[in-house]
Amino acid sequence: MSLSRKIAIAGVYEHPTRFAPDKTMFQIMAESVRGALDDAGLGIKDVDGLATTGMGMGGMGIIGFADYLNLTPNFVDSTAIGGSSFVAHTAHAAAAINAGLCNVCVVVYGSTAASSRTAVGTGGGGGSADPPDQYDAPFGVTTVGAYAMIAQRHMHDYGTTSEQLAEIAVTMRLHASMNPAAKYRDPITVEDVMASRVISSPLHLLDCCIISDGGGALVITSAERARDLKKKPVYLLGAGEAVRHSARGQRDYLNIAAAQSGRLAFERAGVAHKDIDMAMIYDSFTITVLSTLENLGFCKPGEGGAFVSGGRLRHDREFPINTDGGGLSSNHPGMRGIFLVIEAAKQLRGECGPRQVKKNCQIALVHGTGGALGTRHSGATLILSNN
Amino acid sequence: MPESKEKKYLKPLPHLDEENRPWWEALKRHELYVQKCRDCGDMRYYPRAQCPSCLSPRTEWVRAHGRGKVYTFTATYQNQSPGFRESLPYIMAYIELDEGLKMLTNLVDCRPEDVKIGMPVEVVYEDVTPEVTLAKFRPAR
Repeated sequence: MSLSRKIAIAGVYEHPTRFAPDKTMFQIMAESVRGALDDAGLGIKDVDGLATTGMGMGGMGIIGFADYLNLTPNFVDSTAIGGSSFVAHTAHAAAAINAGLCNVCVVVYGSTAASSRTAVGTGGGGGSADPPDQYDAPFGVTTVGAYAMIAQRHMHDYGTTSEQLAEIAVTMRLHASMNPAAKYRDPITVEDVMASRVISSPLHLLDCCIISDGGGALVITSAERARDLKKKPVYLLGAGEAVRHSARGQRDYLNIAAAQSGRLAFERAGVAHKDIDMAMIYDSFTITVLSTLENLGFCKPGEGGAFVSGGRLRHDREFPINTDGGGLSSNHPGMRGIFLVIEAAKQLRGECGPRQVKKNCQIALVHGTGGALGTRHSGATLILSNN
Repeated sequence: MPESKEKKYLKPLPHLDEENRPWWEALKRHELYVQKCRDCGDMRYYPRAQCPSCLSPRTEWVRAHGRGKVYTFTATYQNQSPGFRESLPYIMAYIELDEGLKMLTNLVDCRPEDVKIGMPVEVVYEDVTPEVTLAKFRPAR
């Protein structure tokens, strides 16, 4: 049963805040819900589905947020697979709407990671009592360290260089310079990235995403209903999700979840790689982007370094990605999946002003990564279109 | 900070239980084991009560040689967590054991600049508390 073009994103909103010391996560989320419903031309009474991770929330997670907004939805999803969660929620909401479980589902996220001084990525984690964590935590595995080990292996196998990874950060910063809401907007060079301190070798400070506050929301409904609403619908063509882990000690660590979720999304959407006009690729670290592009099949394993070099990822070039400036420069409140979907929708609606991709943008790919590539992670892929 | 606090082991410790106790007790004796399913023959690390490939509970503990190669590594220069912030930089690595299984651990007795992927390493047992010994690795001698 294909979901292709049956469901649409009818409204999106990215909260403009990057630092909100006097707001709660729930206030940011509620403001985002209002923004996305305004964008769609709908009201809170239309909402009968709710999705958010519940990660970082107190005891009852999503129910607490339903309490705050006085929602009694017919469908709830608090899939919590890290930063990619909101990408997965979008697909789950689509399936739920298609199955008649709800009509209008809001996907929402908010966080005050920066103002509450959370050490996103460099905390050495006591881990949990769950068995997999027990064999990692005693050795000081950090999120950045787990990604760094992927970068190190990629460099060893394919000769990928730190300069090639730096090119990704440079392009993201260029895009951020065209996004008034982005946290860091001053252009940087490859030399700047190379000169920044090493956090976990071979990754430098500027290979790492920033830490900000922020939030956002999406309104998902049937394509039929979306066509009667305020904004041009953004149709879901296909979706996929996957996880990768230690595979009982037998994993090839350069094979990441994107290989599986991407293949599923392309198959289900019935489109080819050459049809993708722009992509939003989770950029927790520069290596995340390079590894994801290879695993999604945009280039062969080992060709990622050349693929991202020479400004090829710029908004006006061959393969535009992360036109908002990404997690590397615009915002990263801990989980950024929702911003990937928001920017892709805006690009497909042609609303991005100076950073609008130069080619006629008709099909976009979104890929979220949650967790850490070098230990355990999830991948969620969406393929979206404006027609 | 009082002196007694400084000497306390601050890094996370494992929770011993039914399925992993033999493994941790072996480490305490300075012996490293991996598991092999008695039904399907699949090897696994970390220890589990059932084979994840066929769900058989029939497990053979196989003594590992304690030798392997560096599969990948990173030298960590930033980690604010207690126990680790005092030991920066430290090296984290996946070691591919001669038995074919990858283990996340620390590389010790070497400098970050001396580590190479593929480098032969050997196990070294670190008795961190009276109950817990960790398997770390150092360049093979």
